[in-house]
Amino acid sequence: MDIRLNTPLTRDVTEKLTAGDYVYLSGTIYTARDAAHARMNETLDRGESLPVDWKNNIVYYLGPTPARPGNVIGSAGPTTASRMDKYAPRLLDMGLIGMIGKGKRTKEVLDAVVRNGGVYFAAVGGAGALLSKCIKSAEVVAYDDLGTEAIRKLEVENLPVIVVADCKGNNLYETATEKYKK
Amino acid sequence: MRELDVKEITSALREMAISINHQLSPDMCDLLNNSDKKEESPLGKQILGQLKENMKIAKEEMIPICQDTGMAVVFAEIGQDVHLVGGNIEDAINEGIRQGYVDGYLRKSVVRDPIDRVNTKDNTPAVIHYSIVAGDKVKLTLSPKGFGSENMSKVYMLKPAQGIEGVKEAVLTAVKEAGPNACPPIVVGVGIGGTFEKCAILAKKALTRSAAIHNEIPYVKELEIELLEKINNLGIGPAGLGGRITALAVNVETYPTHIAGLPVGINICCHVNRHISREL
Repeated sequence: MDIRLNTPLTRDVTEKLTAGDYVYLSGTIYTARDAAHARMNETLDRGESLPVDWKNNIVYYLGPTPARPGNVIGSAGPTTASRMDKYAPRLLDMGLIGMIGKGKRTKEVLDAVVRNGGVYFAAVGGAGALLSKCIKSAEVVAYDDLGTEAIRKLEVENLPVIVVADCKGNNLYETATEKYKK
Repeated sequence: MRELDVKEITSALREMAISINHQLSPDMCDLLNNSDKKEESPLGKQILGQLKENMKIAKEEMIPICQDTGMAVVFAEIGQDVHLVGGNIEDAINEGIRQGYVDGYLRKSVVRDPIDRVNTKDNTPAVIHYSIVAGDKVKLTLSPKGFGSENMSKVYMLKPAQGIEGVKEAVLTAVKEAGPNACPPIVVGVGIGGTFEKCAILAKKALTRSAAIHNEIPYVKELEIELLEKINNLGIGPAGLGGRITALAVNVETYPTHIAGLPVGINICCHVNRHISREL
């Protein structure tokens, strides 16, 4: 089923999503990958506040290529989400509602999705040029020194993503593969 | 003896890095363009359609095919009758990569140390494999490698008694474990034989061979065909969301090995299997 959603998301919206749904996202989302997650985790360990309030927000696991002059961003596809598994449950428990990435997640992350009424979306890996066309603005909001790994605030329009893990405990990576196995 | 200024190596690599990150080699384009015909999953077909559209946008608008523009792997085959002048070859190679990644708006994905992880900000150094060959030419092959798939690669030190069946099992295990993480549809490079490091380099080199051409050794060609079919029966499909097209090609290379060993290297690459060669 094709669904159009505007960010930020709330639990009453994510609870209606089911693994396999094709979703077009519009609104504000934030990027963060390995180094930004490590730094956020250290910040929380020190009892300090994060540069982004993740409550009801979506993180896109992305490190884009530099924008050519005249473009808002370069190639912008998802990176492998499992490298953020160590940090994701903590952010989900703080109110992060959605993640966009690619690849399998640990049980701890999937449990945190269920517990918090969140959602894990996949964007198509390797479609960075296509996905960049859905990004209408990009602004570094924290950790500028990390270059491609800085936290960016993105305005997206109809970013195509697929619900992989929903808050009912469904996981498309497991069910879809079974269907086509010979 | 023929003289070659290393500046030519620099300028060739600069151009190659920019070109291959925006337009795939013809073998990969053909495989991707024909892939959706055999896909049974509607979602799989839709994803393959997105990947084809992505290729078109990348080429026409000069936006890199993938945001992971890779760590630069360079195979430098140096003819023994060439005299390199004008500087050090390693510096010349890294300068070509630096210029390509900086001038070409490509991502800088290299950190100076695996533990302190400070970005070098110009995507250098490259990983360079040199070989001395006959002749008076220098052949450069650039294969920028993304790490979503590199991280799913494996080396297995099998026992000789496990034979070809053991090799097939090792490849299928690696592909199954990679699942959606390696951005399927994938290309699988396999190196069989040699030593621990040799099989890994063979696997890497296998990925740089045209995916449209099979190995000349009859049993190796059969192995490539059989492995592709078995991988595509795993059901992983495009983006790992179920389907028939999990791999586009399997390229296998072999080398003599020790009486006690059967090393197998499996280098997995996503559909953005970038490889480009130039002879100077």
